[in-house]
Amino acid sequence: MANTDLDRGSRALTQKSKRYSIFSLARNAASYHQNWQQAWRHADPKPAYDAVIIGGGGHGLASAYYLASIHGMTNIAVIEKGWLGGGNTGRNTTIIRSNYMWDESAGIYEHALKLWERLSQDLNFNVMFSQRGVLTITHSEHELKGMSRRVHAIRLNGIDSDILTPAEIKKRVPTINISPDIRYPVMGGFLQKRGGTARHDAVAWGYARAADDLGVDIIQNCEVTGLRRNGGQITGIETSKGFIKTPKVGCVVAGHSSVLADMANIRLPIASRPLQALVSEPIKPILDTVIMSNAVHMYISQSDKGEMVLGAGVDKYNSYAQTGSWPVPEHMVAAAVDLFPFLSRLRMLRQWGGIVDTCPDASPIISKTDIKGLYFNCGWGTGGFKSTPGSGHVFADLIAHDRPNSIALPYSLKRFETGYLIDEHGAAGVAH
Amino acid sequence: MLKINCPICGNRDETEFSCGGEAHIARPIADNKLTDTAFSEYLFMRDNPKGVFLERWCHTSGCRRWFNLARDTISHEIIEIYPMGQTPKTAKGKKAYQANWRRKSKAEAASKPAKRTVK
Repeated sequence: MANTDLDRGSRALTQKSKRYSIFSLARNAASYHQNWQQAWRHADPKPAYDAVIIGGGGHGLASAYYLASIHGMTNIAVIEKGWLGGGNTGRNTTIIRSNYMWDESAGIYEHALKLWERLSQDLNFNVMFSQRGVLTITHSEHELKGMSRRVHAIRLNGIDSDILTPAEIKKRVPTINISPDIRYPVMGGFLQKRGGTARHDAVAWGYARAADDLGVDIIQNCEVTGLRRNGGQITGIETSKGFIKTPKVGCVVAGHSSVLADMANIRLPIASRPLQALVSEPIKPILDTVIMSNAVHMYISQSDKGEMVLGAGVDKYNSYAQTGSWPVPEHMVAAAVDLFPFLSRLRMLRQWGGIVDTCPDASPIISKTDIKGLYFNCGWGTGGFKSTPGSGHVFADLIAHDRPNSIALPYSLKRFETGYLIDEHGAAGVAH
Repeated sequence: MLKINCPICGNRDETEFSCGGEAHIARPIADNKLTDTAFSEYLFMRDNPKGVFLERWCHTSGCRRWFNLARDTISHEIIEIYPMGQTPKTAKGKKAYQANWRRKSKAEAASKPAKRTVK
């Protein structure tokens, strides 16, 4: 837990001419914003790199950035099949919190939250991190008891968490219906004040720009088709833009982790499922915090554009189609309208699904594999966005030193053999 | 929304069914003799293909019978529905069954009853 000497890797964009600031904004306004510099270079793959990260989402780009900034590995590349942040990074509900129950989870999620708190400054990119609080509500006696156990465990790990009564919830969120006779009555809740939201695209772009500044090649529209190895050592990757030689490969591809693992004949305990969300038409500010309900699989916040952002549960069957099944959001919207009656007359603007990599214990895998030089960072399931900086930070450390640090150690693939599972189904927010 | 043709009740909406995950995972018989790695393959490791997937379903809100189903995880097309205890009959289903890494796993090899010689 102690990370007072946390190295944030804030070494990018030290040249004043390239930094974003009030002065650069004024300077560019004078030329009608026609002369903004490119945020990152267009890179074609070199024949060889010291390390390659597969997956240009938030986690992959963060991994590359910390590899370059903290570990000095600048001859590296990020390979992305589509466009940056086009997968789950751009398909989540942007909730950030660290109120998980077990010590191992406190380690990784709080590590991430501490990085979030300074991320805009470190990257010189406004990720719009807003600590508006995350309020989890409960709907039964049993949930209340489970909640107080979890809150005490969280507080023992030094993470802020406060229990609220229905009246206190109503005071904070006047639009919520706390009537005892609704289908899912509000019986209490707990609040992490340091939790909140961030702008998902900005996280990908901010990391990409800072990594690029340190010399990292960001290669988009390049699909990995094979992993080449020599005995037990990885030697490179086959891509749609040719072979790239590298002794270290970090796979950070969320829902497609099993597809990559199959290329290396490695087994993962992962099931790829669609996780759905939707937004309403934009309205004036009405909700200034995040409300979550585990029991009904509903989480709601209001974006800065004014849309109500609503997240639902996962579909019950495996899928790689980024859409999802209708009954899942239907169930969520029914509960949401019960809790927030004002939602009933809003129209839905967009709905989408992201393919999440669910793990049997609802905890991630940050691990070496039996193949030397091949690393996996996956299994984040329904909770990947919140951990983006922490995940990248510890994964970079794992790749650079070929050994997990104390935060990453419990998340080894070996835990499925030793039985040392980190069961976070209660804190994951969405059933896996 | 899937429409699933239950072998007993006929075509129904997916909301009536529960998905039981990967089909054809045989429980090892002498599991005390398996290595932790092999047992972990049986217990936790899962086939998760992008393409044809063989899975078990139960008609929870209907006849409550289990059956197997071959489904494409990209298009959601249901290729075949076949009874428990049997393997797929269609070409795509057969291919998916053979392609599964489990067919070569130690855990599955240990799940087949040992041949006994009758004296």
